[in-house]
Amino acid sequence: MMTELTAGFLPLTDSAILIAARERGFAEAEGLALNLVRETSWANVRDKLAVGQFEISHALAPMPIAANLGLTPFDTRLIAPMALGLGGNAITVSNRLLGEMQRQQDFELLDARRAGEALAKVVFAGKSERRKPLQFGVVHPFSGHNFELRYWLSASGVTPEADIEIVILPPSLMADALASGQIDGYCVGEPWNTVGVARGAGRIVTTKSSIWASSPEKVLAVREEWADRDPQTLHALLRALYRSAEWCGQPENHSDLAELLSQPTYLGQPASVILPALDGSILGRSGPAATPDFFQPHSRVATFPWQSHALWFYSQMVRWGYVEHTAHHAGIARQTFRPDIYRSVLSAIDVPVPSANSKVEGALSRTIAVGASSRFLYLGPDGFFDGAIFDPDKLDAYIESQKA
Amino acid sequence: MTDRLPSVLIIDENTTRASIIEAGLSAAGHTRVTVINEMHGIAAKIALHEPDVIVIDLENPNRDMLENMFQLSRAVKRPIAMFVDRSDKEAMQSAIDAGVSAYVVDGLRQERVKSILDMAISRFNAFSRLERELEEARGALEERKVVDKAKGLIMKSRGVDEETAYKLLRKAAMNGNRKITDVAESLVMSARLLGDEGK
Repeated sequence: MMTELTAGFLPLTDSAILIAARERGFAEAEGLALNLVRETSWANVRDKLAVGQFEISHALAPMPIAANLGLTPFDTRLIAPMALGLGGNAITVSNRLLGEMQRQQDFELLDARRAGEALAKVVFAGKSERRKPLQFGVVHPFSGHNFELRYWLSASGVTPEADIEIVILPPSLMADALASGQIDGYCVGEPWNTVGVARGAGRIVTTKSSIWASSPEKVLAVREEWADRDPQTLHALLRALYRSAEWCGQPENHSDLAELLSQPTYLGQPASVILPALDGSILGRSGPAATPDFFQPHSRVATFPWQSHALWFYSQMVRWGYVEHTAHHAGIARQTFRPDIYRSVLSAIDVPVPSANSKVEGALSRTIAVGASSRFLYLGPDGFFDGAIFDPDKLDAYIESQKA
Repeated sequence: MTDRLPSVLIIDENTTRASIIEAGLSAAGHTRVTVINEMHGIAAKIALHEPDVIVIDLENPNRDMLENMFQLSRAVKRPIAMFVDRSDKEAMQSAIDAGVSAYVVDGLRQERVKSILDMAISRFNAFSRLERELEEARGALEERKVVDKAKGLIMKSRGVDEETAYKLLRKAAMNGNRKITDVAESLVMSARLLGDEGK
């Protein structure tokens, strides 16, 4: 007997693990009939989790944290027992803004530091000429996009809100908004950067993986009440998603995966705009010039829900005034991510799993092998582009250091 | 002034559905109802109308943008919250099933809003029903076309008039204990396969 399970997802490349789990037999092998429902907004995902239409969903990593902190409607407790990959976002600017940035300072595309410096020069030149502030789009206030864009801007000397406006737009409308001049740039998940470039609306100037290497993006959000009630099904799901992530990460499967995601019921975009995120040809360069760490569904322990990732998102919620910092709030944020569940389920099937729940973000400048519960794991690099370190044990000091 | 019915803003890119909700609200005595079908410049429109209640369809991809706007409340002078948040779980469930969501300005008494949401839910459901019926009607039209085509084929191959062709078709259906449209469909299909069609 198959167990029915319904998950929501938004049409983004990083929904790949859920889609491949259904379409390539990984869910079925665990006795799960996984139904996937495409949603048009994260608000819909939140509502349907709240009323129990979904037990699980593809979710922005800060979403369950915000829900548990009481920052969003409904009091549904959510947990994240698994991440759905690392990276996958980029920052795209209009052709006009790219031209202005390049006139200010020459920079290589993807170089977060130099691109940030160039943007800062454009912003300050605009200020002195009393020009209208630039507008950047992100998909949701509680998103990796919002927080990594703000981090990049701040570390480049630009103050969000004061020097630059950040607006919320749905991913599918970003490219049109850029082409029509409504916004000057955006930070969004794939394929919506490549779609913008393909339509001639703009160019990718840097990526999430350049701002913060091996950084968290989407998670599997699960209703805590359901996780407690039906742990067997949850465990089966985690095993299925892990196998699916392994499959998604193998280069020989990338073109098959791009075709799969391109179907009208999933992303409904041509495979040609989906593939670059998977094979790293995000700037149109493939082979050795590609950026293979742009989106990682599997390697570098990409599905492990690090509590240090949850705490970093929390630190940014505090930084931008969404929540007041207290030890109690920090505890809620940390405990939203559940590496304990991940570890107990996956180590039982002999998957190497980190023995720590947290790591110092920015400590690894290159990939290293570390001891795990069994065999070895390859972690990192996980550095921020400005060289800053986030030590989750020094949360108070980190939050203090980011105050204006 | 205080017992005036709340003003309502309907955000729905489906113009037909929006107008049937509007009609329902008008019939219930609501005089201040505005419909927005076009998302462009939505912030300015909300600021202009200052609605007490906002009704939006769940298919609209701009819900995240709107909710963020309500929270920042730079465009909106009065804080706006999600209605079903404060309502019972059942109301929430039926709103989501119907595909609609509502937001209200803070401080508005719940019972004054409940009837608006109920109206929106029933009209959304009625619209879905209407769409299904339309789909079926479209199907019926297709069926009639197939029968006409089959009649044409019989008239040509047997050299008979339309009435006789229809009788032959009906007889074949009765003998085979099948629907006329099914017989007609297989006739048209086989004619197509044999390359007779259009000759």
